Amino acid sequence: MSSTQVTTMATSDWAGGRSPYATNSKKFGMWLFIISDALTFSALLFAYTYSRVSNPDWPKPFHFSPSIVFSSIMTFCLLSSSLTMVMGVHAMNHGNRKAAAGWILATMAGGAAFVVLHLTEWLNLINNEHVTPFDNPWGVPLFGGTFFALTGLHMTHVVIGLIYLAILCQAVLRGKFKAEDVEVGGLYWHFVDLVWMFIFPLVYLMSAKI
Amino acid sequence: MSNHSEEVQHVDGATSLTFSKVWIVLLVLTGVEVFLAYEQLPTLIMLTSFLGLSIVKAALIIAYFMHLKFERLSLFLTLFPMLIFCIVLMLIFLGDASRIPVMRPPV
Repeated sequence: MSSTQVTTMATSDWAGGRSPYATNSKKFGMWLFIISDALTFSALLFAYTYSRVSNPDWPKPFHFSPSIVFSSIMTFCLLSSSLTMVMGVHAMNHGNRKAAAGWILATMAGGAAFVVLHLTEWLNLINNEHVTPFDNPWGVPLFGGTFFALTGLHMTHVVIGLIYLAILCQAVLRGKFKAEDVEVGGLYWHFVDLVWMFIFPLVYLMSAKI
Repeated sequence: MSNHSEEVQHVDGATSLTFSKVWIVLLVLTGVEVFLAYEQLPTLIMLTSFLGLSIVKAALIIAYFMHLKFERLSLFLTLFPMLIFCIVLMLIFLGDASRIPVMRPPV
């Protein structure tokens, strides 16, 4: 082996002794989780779509008010909370813990508003449209099953995200956790936002009652 | 070395202004989606438009908010081709789903 080859191997990103992705293991671990979770949500979205395709009498229960108005405001809340989260990571990267905690709290407010609006929208569907996970007035029980499974799993992710952010926020204020920890939390929160970017049009807007 | 300087890392690659611009574009695209929902378009065109807009929105979130634009290409290549391949594999059942209404015996 020539000396040139030896030098090339020793400085290669894949030669060992350093991260080939130039990232820390926590962040890489979160990315792997996000990819696997993206597949779970994809499978549920496909299940919803295939159920819809195979049932020509699929219901369109989402009235402009409150369903579409509420879900649009929920989208606004999540998108805005993603902006505040990225601002929090930005502040933390610049060593400003107080500002970072403030931004994380704002993110939590957006997430909490999302959950409250979503529960209100669910209760409207259950009480006024008589949709449950197992039955509905249009005789297509798969609608309720797939709808509540998909949106329920997403809401569970939001609630877990709120708990995660609360832990991050108190730790940041107490001088614990590094910027990379906040960034990893941010990755999770943006993923929850990203999933909603598919659920909102494919579930709500495609079934808007016109 | 003080705590403050210990925490300062090299960062972001993007500024607060960039993040705000991305947020505005995401809101505008959401507005376009809501507008399209009430335009009485054929289902296939509507589905394609929604999917296209959602993929653009997802790409913006991943690139800027999730910072992937500023990471190494090797990270992207490790994670995303596999994800896209697996998602495309799920299309295998589309033919079955679309055949079911035709195969259902008349009541």
